Amino acid sequence: MTNTTRRQWLVAAIGLGIFVLAPWFLPNNMTQLVDLLVFILIALSWDILGGQMGYNSFGNIVFFGVGMYLLASIQVWAGGYSLAVYNSAHGGNLASFMVATPTFVASLLIGLLVVGVVNFLFALIVGSQLLKMRGHYFAIGTLGLGVAAGEFAATMDILGAGSGMNFIQPPRTLELAPLLYFVGLFAVAVLFVLLRWLYSTRFGYVMNAIRDNEDKAEAMGLPTASVKTFAWAIAAFFAAIAGGIYGSSKNFIDPTEVAFSGTTIGVWMLLMALMGGKGTIWGPIVGAVVFQLFKEFFWTFLFGWQRVALGLLIVIIVVFFPEGVMGGLDRLRRALGRAGKTGARA
Amino acid sequence: MSAPETMLEVSGVSKYFGGVVANEDISLSVRKGEIVGLIGPNGSGKSTLFGSICGSHPIDKGSIRYCGVETKTMRTGQIARLGMVRTFQQTHVYDDMDCVRNMLISSPVRSNGILSLLHKPNPDDLNRTEELLEFVGLASKRHLLAGSLSFGQQKLLEFAMALMNEPELLLLDEPTAGINPTLINGLIDRLTQANERFGVTLFVIEHNMRVMMNLAQQIHVLAAGRLIASGTQHDIQNDPKVIDAYLGGH
Repeated sequence: MTNTTRRQWLVAAIGLGIFVLAPWFLPNNMTQLVDLLVFILIALSWDILGGQMGYNSFGNIVFFGVGMYLLASIQVWAGGYSLAVYNSAHGGNLASFMVATPTFVASLLIGLLVVGVVNFLFALIVGSQLLKMRGHYFAIGTLGLGVAAGEFAATMDILGAGSGMNFIQPPRTLELAPLLYFVGLFAVAVLFVLLRWLYSTRFGYVMNAIRDNEDKAEAMGLPTASVKTFAWAIAAFFAAIAGGIYGSSKNFIDPTEVAFSGTTIGVWMLLMALMGGKGTIWGPIVGAVVFQLFKEFFWTFLFGWQRVALGLLIVIIVVFFPEGVMGGLDRLRRALGRAGKTGARA
Repeated sequence: MSAPETMLEVSGVSKYFGGVVANEDISLSVRKGEIVGLIGPNGSGKSTLFGSICGSHPIDKGSIRYCGVETKTMRTGQIARLGMVRTFQQTHVYDDMDCVRNMLISSPVRSNGILSLLHKPNPDDLNRTEELLEFVGLASKRHLLAGSLSFGQQKLLEFAMALMNEPELLLLDEPTAGINPTLINGLIDRLTQANERFGVTLFVIEHNMRVMMNLAQQIHVLAAGRLIASGTQHDIQNDPKVIDAYLGGH
């Protein structure tokens, strides 16, 4: 047991090392690298409910989008501007809203933390009601929440309504991508350590118990309701930070195409968890890496057919590898182990 | 010597599912330290009564008091945290976890807070897990997934999980159904031991009359949703209403 633990930490350390060095090896792919970290964050946080607790949420995109809008707004406020004035300006006029580098960086970092906390509380409130539903009802309920959030944002004039909202322009002297990258990497590292610990506590056990048999868990007196809402709140914290980073990196928020895009990012997050193997801590990470590689590959070499290729990939994975990469590895290891044992006996 | 205190007091409980009368005006009580049986033909409302007592569904009439506290408006979790736990007729275990984890999860939770959950399982729980798995004869299966066990083994596991929860009153819904006949004697023995050694009061639904006669000091009989007889084994065996309910009449 301790051996496995040590090996896992070793793998984690090597992985972290690769990620720390990546910007020096791939300086021209910073946007894709930031996307990758965002994907890891949303896949890993989706898996808290979807994998460990058996609650398939299509609603995490709400926290993602709210986080994005909130961070953009915080940065506008930090520059001393009014949100209404800022969002009614268009095109070249946006360049007249300037912020100094220290203000920009501070508002980004503190803003991300605020965004996380606000969404944590938001999820506690929404979750206390939505998590009373189970199974498909919960999935559909959260799906509705995501759609409603997008439509709502598209009507809010103060947020730029249907034409969306720009992030405030970063100062010219600031290299934004590396900053976002290392902030994202830090968030991934924190989430990984937090989840590793959480899944080994009774809290994690109760989440698994809810997945396997919620009626039994309730009958045994486990505090299922509060565990469910807190688990979702933790997911919301990181999904919102991911949204903030993603929006800042793209520099533009469209209410239904970027922020609350249930059909792309909202589905991708669970897809990545499925690809890697849901209900494991490594699955969503591996899934995000594999997904991002394939996505970039399709967009580069199969342009025009990229969405078809991605769709096919999804179908192939769900049909042939329902347990994902980690599940496949596990099966392989067991098969090898069995072969090894029979070999020894013979 | 004063009479042992009443633990569970069911008075005038009725439960209807639409037009179906599942329980009608049932009153009975369970005293501390007793083993009480509940028998009756299929569909007579035994499991419904358990569900009512444990808060699985609201009752239409009457009152249920556990250790003097009215529980009819409480939910299952709250009631379990008071120390009254049930097992199910169809097994309810956590399929995708091994036996040890099933046991560790079942250690008692006495508060609704989540802060008390943020720790790893303590050594006492691990020791108790080993002890109880040994007690029900599942020690050799401890690292198998609960879902891969046979029905009978799952029943034993569920019984061990219930004991892990350290209940004061344990409601068992057909503990021996589906269990290998040679194991049944062992199970009776363990139920008695749980009662004597761990001081757990038992309230048991059972179809196997041999088990019931070996186990329960006090037996209640349900038929068509009504309580038709209560008494000792001897009283029950000779009660014409009971014989009628089982052998004919309906």
